[in-house]
Amino acid sequence: MSTEPGEVREEERTRPTVATPSPLRTPEAPRAAAHVQSHARTVVLEGLHAYYGDTHAVRGVSITFAANEVTAMIGPSGCGKSTVVRCINRMHEEIPGARTEGRILLDDKDIHAKDVDVVSVRRVIGMVFQKPNPFPTMSIYDNVAAGLRLSGQRGNFKERVEQSLVGAGLWEEVKDRLGAPGIGLSGGQQQRLCIARTIAVEPEVVIMDEPASALDPISTLKIEELVQELKKRFTIIIVTHNMQQAARVADKTAFMLSGELIEFGPTDKLFTNPDKKETEDYVTGKFG
Amino acid sequence: MSVAAPRPVSIPPVAARRRRTDRIMRGVLLVMTLIALVPLVLVVYYLLKQGLGAISWDFFTTDPTGRFLGDPGGIRSAIIGTILIVGLATLIAVPIGIGVALYLVEYGKKSWFAQAVRYFVDVMTGVPSIVFGLFIYIVLVLTGVGGTFAGWKGSVALALLGLPIVTRSAEVVLALVPNSLREAALALGAPRWRVVFRIVLPTALPGLITGSLLAVARAAGETAPLLFTAFAVNGTTWDLGQQMNSLPIQIFNDVRQPQANIVERAWGAALTLVAMILILTLIARAIQRRSRYA
Repeated sequence: MSTEPGEVREEERTRPTVATPSPLRTPEAPRAAAHVQSHARTVVLEGLHAYYGDTHAVRGVSITFAANEVTAMIGPSGCGKSTVVRCINRMHEEIPGARTEGRILLDDKDIHAKDVDVVSVRRVIGMVFQKPNPFPTMSIYDNVAAGLRLSGQRGNFKERVEQSLVGAGLWEEVKDRLGAPGIGLSGGQQQRLCIARTIAVEPEVVIMDEPASALDPISTLKIEELVQELKKRFTIIIVTHNMQQAARVADKTAFMLSGELIEFGPTDKLFTNPDKKETEDYVTGKFG
Repeated sequence: MSVAAPRPVSIPPVAARRRRTDRIMRGVLLVMTLIALVPLVLVVYYLLKQGLGAISWDFFTTDPTGRFLGDPGGIRSAIIGTILIVGLATLIAVPIGIGVALYLVEYGKKSWFAQAVRYFVDVMTGVPSIVFGLFIYIVLVLTGVGGTFAGWKGSVALALLGLPIVTRSAEVVLALVPNSLREAALALGAPRWRVVFRIVLPTALPGLITGSLLAVARAAGETAPLLFTAFAVNGTTWDLGQQMNSLPIQIFNDVRQPQANIVERAWGAALTLVAMILILTLIARAIQRRSRYA
C-alpha cells in the first residue's frame, strides 16, 4: 500500500495489499483532495466458521462486501453478526480459545495467509466499536493521531488530524479545543471521534459494530449521514440490531440467524420482498 | 380492568423486634470499631508525647555521637540512610514488580505458568521480613560480595520484601484498564507491545504509582531485613557500598539503652519515621484521587 495519493484507483485495486510491509502513506505526502480518494476494497467471506472454544458461533457464512458500498448485518442478539465482522479484521482471535475456519479475502488476498501480519490487516481494515472508547489519557488531537503513533509514525499529524475530524463531521465542534481530553465530549461526539481515529490511518474497509446503539437519536442520525459520506472512500460493513437503520443506510443487507447466513441481497428487496420465510418473519417483527 | 373498590394502603410500621435487633447490632459494631481504634490512638498519642520532646533542629542535622554519657546526638545518618536504602530498593522492586504484573495481565493471563507465578507472589507476600534479611545475609553478606555489610544489600532485602506487594497491586490496577481500550488500539493496527506501553501503562499510571508508594512505605518501616544486611554506623554516609544507618535500626538500638535521653531519641526517630511514611501515604492517596480507574 505504498500508494501515492494521486494514483488512479483501478490501478491500485489490482494490487494485493496486505502483505506489503509498508502499509501506510507518509504523513508529509500532499493530501489535496484526499477525502474523495477511495481506497476501498472488496471483502469476500468463503465458508466462514468461527468458534469460541467449543461454541460454534458462525456456521459457514459466505458473503461479498462490495467496495464503496454499505453492507448491513442484521439479526437477533447472539446470531453471530458481531463475530463475523470481528473475524474480518482478525479481532476474533484475540479472545482466548477463539478460532476460525474458511477464507476471508481482501480483493484476492487471504488475510489468514501465512505471510500476512495481523497488525497490517488491522491497519487496512479499521473498526468502530459499539461503545465509544476514546483513549482516556489523550486529548482530542492525540486520540485522532493515536492510530498513526501506535503504528510507529512520528511527526506532525496536524493536517491528517484535521482531515479526519472533518471526515468524521466533528471538526466544527472541536476545532477550538483540540487539546481538551477526548472523554470530555458527549457520547455522540466521542463516537465520531472514534470514527475520526479509525479513518485517520486510512484503512480500506471500515467495520462498525453497532456504532449508534449507545447514542441518542440525533447523534445516531449524524452517524448515519456520516456513513453515507464514508462509503465514497471505504467499504463499510455495519452491524446493527436496528432494522430501520439498516434500511436507511445500507445498500445491501445480510440477515443472520443462529450463526447462519439466512439471506443476503439488496436492502430494498430484503425488507420488502425477502426470499426466505425467516427473513420475512424477522423484518416484519414476528420475532427477535 | 374493572373498577374495584379502593383498597386501603397497607404499609405496616417496622416491627418492634426488628427495630431492637437493628439497634443492638449497630451498637455491637460501633463498640468493635472503637476497640480497634484504641491501640491506634494510643500509638499516635505516645509517639507524640515521647517523641516531640526529642525533636529539634539539631536532632535532624547531627549524627549520633555514640557516647554513653552526655549529648547522644541526632539522627541525620539514619534519615539519610533510610532514604538511600529505600530509594534503591524502590528502583529495584518497582520496575520488576510492574513488569511481572504486565506479563501476568497482558500475556500470561490464565496460563498455568502465570497461575503459578501468581501463587508464588502470594506466598512471597506472606514471608516474614526477617527471612528476607536472613536470605540476603547468607547469599550476599557471608559470601562477602563487595565487602560484608552494605547499604545496597539492605536495599536488595527490602526490594525482595516489596516486590510481591508491588506486583499484586500493579496487577489489580492493570486488570482494571478497560479491555475496550486494548481492543480499540489493536483494531487501529497497533502491535501488542505498543498497546501496552502507549495505552495500558499511561491509563493505569496513577494506580501504579499509588501501589508502588504504599509498598515503599511498607518497606521503609522494616527493621529485620536491615539488621544483618546494612548493619548500623553512627556517621552519615552517602555510599551504599558501606555499612549504613537507618531509622528502624536506630530505634532498635536506642530503645535498648538505659539512658533516658537515648531512649528519647528512639521515640523521636520513630515519630520521624511515621511522619515520613504518612507523607508517602498522603501523596499516594492524592494521586489515586486524580485517577479515573483504580
